[in-house]
Amino acid sequence: MKGTADHSPLGPDAVLEQALAWREAGKDVALATVVSTWGSAPRRPGAQLAVTREGEMAGSVSGGCVEGAVIAEAREIMASGEPRVLEFGVTNDEAWEVGLACGGTIEVYVERID
Amino acid sequence: MDRGLLQQLLADRAAGRAVVLATALDDGEQHLLHLGDAASEMDTACRTALRFDRADTHEIAGRRWLFNPYNPPLRLFVVGAVHIAQPLVALATQTGFAVTVIDPRRSFATPERFPDVDLETAWPDEALAAHVPDARTAVVTLTHDPKLDDPALATALRSEAFYIGSLGSRRTHAARCERLRGMGFGESELDRIHAPVGLAIGGRAPAEIAVSIIAEIISVLRQGQ
Repeated sequence: MKGTADHSPLGPDAVLEQALAWREAGKDVALATVVSTWGSAPRRPGAQLAVTREGEMAGSVSGGCVEGAVIAEAREIMASGEPRVLEFGVTNDEAWEVGLACGGTIEVYVERID
Repeated sequence: MDRGLLQQLLADRAAGRAVVLATALDDGEQHLLHLGDAASEMDTACRTALRFDRADTHEIAGRRWLFNPYNPPLRLFVVGAVHIAQPLVALATQTGFAVTVIDPRRSFATPERFPDVDLETAWPDEALAAHVPDARTAVVTLTHDPKLDDPALATALRSEAFYIGSLGSRRTHAARCERLRGMGFGESELDRIHAPVGLAIGGRAPAEIAVSIIAEIISVLRQGQ
């Protein structure tokens, strides 16, 4: 779990600024945060992705590999309000299917912005 | 996440305050922590996250928490507007540091020699103290002149600066330490000073020495050594 807090190339709080702006515009918003990584993972713990129900995105939690799965779960969490820890653990064989071609494992915490 | 908590986090960021978002991964309980806010275990985790600028999980009282740090920008204070300072300023800027060069000798500290960087011509200890070096601050002295370096080092040693480096040979540094002992500093404090400054890469030219200094600063920042 080495590496620096890796929030966004646009500045550490750009994702959160965007999340708040969307929420204040009345949209349903969920925030995903990388909790831990194992093996080669493109984003470090602390990296964040904000999504709206409409599918708008800011930031990332991987190199595009698991964003789709995170967004699907995020829609449920927007509805239920119950935060959840998602795990994407893939062997090299499975990696191509989920999209983590690097073969890494990541845990992502997804919460609703109330 | 509560919207009010998010607004407070963004307000802390805008004000340049270091803050950690602590999240209990079982039920989503969240707190915004500043240094010294929380009970010991939480505070230690908060301090570690900020110090290494690294999000990490910790088990506290049977619950797993994520500590996600939001740090203010890195700062580097270079004491001595000397030749080595020129490439050091460029490298540090590229590496993400907000750089200030301090030298009361106005012939050295000129905007022509140091374009695009904050220049201060106050006495180094006063200039440094005014900026209050914090745990995201590095201080490097380059003058070789005890009148300038020593007061700056004394001020840096009384601060939370994560890195303190001082140019000079082993012999120069031994004499410097002797003077600082005379000012009341103990061995554990003097051990904070990296000297001879920089990683040992055999640098000779000013730019090569600047590379070794910035590499050492990054190593201490990211690896703690």
